[in-house]
Amino acid sequence: MKATVLVRPKQGILDPQGQAVEDSLRHLGFAVAEARVGRVIDLEVDVVDPQQARADVERMCAELLANPLIESYEIEIAA
Amino acid sequence: MSGARPRVAVVAFPGSNDDHDAVWALNALGADAVLVWHAAERLPEDVGAVVLPGGFSYGDYLRCGAIARFSPAMRAVTEFAAAGGPVLGICNGFQILCEAGLLPGVLRPNASLSFVCRDVAVRVELDAPPFTSRCRQGQELVIPVKHGEGCWFAPPELIEQLEQNGQIVLRYVGDNPNGSVDDVAGVVNERGNVMGLMPHPEHAVDPLLGSGDGALILASLLDAARDFALAPV
Repeated sequence: MKATVLVRPKQGILDPQGQAVEDSLRHLGFAVAEARVGRVIDLEVDVVDPQQARADVERMCAELLANPLIESYEIEIAA
Repeated sequence: MSGARPRVAVVAFPGSNDDHDAVWALNALGADAVLVWHAAERLPEDVGAVVLPGGFSYGDYLRCGAIARFSPAMRAVTEFAAAGGPVLGICNGFQILCEAGLLPGVLRPNASLSFVCRDVAVRVELDAPPFTSRCRQGQELVIPVKHGEGCWFAPPELIEQLEQNGQIVLRYVGDNPNGSVDDVAGVVNERGNVMGLMPHPEHAVDPLLGSGDGALILASLLDAARDFALAPV
C-alpha cells in the first residue's frame, strides 16, 4: 500500500530555506507572498488494511519522520 | 573507578569528523580517551565520561542527528546517562542528543543559511559540575563554531522552564552566529549530567590555535569523569 507523508515547518517557525526560495522567486518576477519548504516521503507499506497502514505511518512520523517541536505532518494513504 | 587518567569514550559515527580531534584534546588534558565505533553495543569498562563528537553523522540525512540515535552505541550511551554518567555532545553530538530526546530542543538550519566557521564568544551562565566547574558564572569564553545547522530552537514555554531549572549553560555574547533562540549556545538535561553545545571546545585547548578556553570545559568534564564510578551492571 502506498502512503505519502508531507512534513512541513510549523507555522511561526522561522524557515530560512523557504525565505531563500521566496526571495529567488521574487527575483524571477513572480508575485510570491510567502514560500515554505517541507519534505515529501513516499512509502510503500507492507500492510493490506488502510487503517492499519495509517496507524503505522502515524507512528513512523512520531518516532522518526517529523520532529514535533518544529514540524507538522499530513499522511495520505492511497485508496 | 577511573585512575588518574580518566577513561573517556568518544563515539564515532559514520560521518563524524571531529572524533580524532576530541581524542587528541582530551588526551592532551590528561584523559585516557578511546574511540568507540557506533556499532559497539557496550562502552569500554571503567568509562567515566562519554563525548559525542562533531561531524555529519549519516550525512545529516532526514534531520541532522536523527539517524545516529539508532546506532547500537547510543543505547549504551543512553544507559550510561541514565546511570548519571556525564555525556557531552559537541555540534553534531548536540544534534544527536536533542534528536535522541536526551536534551531539550532541536537544532535547525542557521538563520543565515550560511555555514559559519569562526571564533565566537560565549558567556557561562552556570558554573557547576560536570561541565563548567572550572569556569565562573559570567565568564566569557572564546571558542570556535563551525556548523550549518546550529540554530537551537525550543518553544517559549520550554525555554522558560529551562531558564528556571538553570539548564541553559552557555549563551552567545554579542554575535549570535546561527540565530538560536535566546542566544542559547549550550544546554544541559534536567539532571544536569548531559550537555550539548555548538561551539567546539576540542578546537580551543591550545592558545597557539587562538584560544585555550575550550580546555576549561573539557577539563571540567575530566574532573567529573574521575569522580564518576560506573555502577556495576
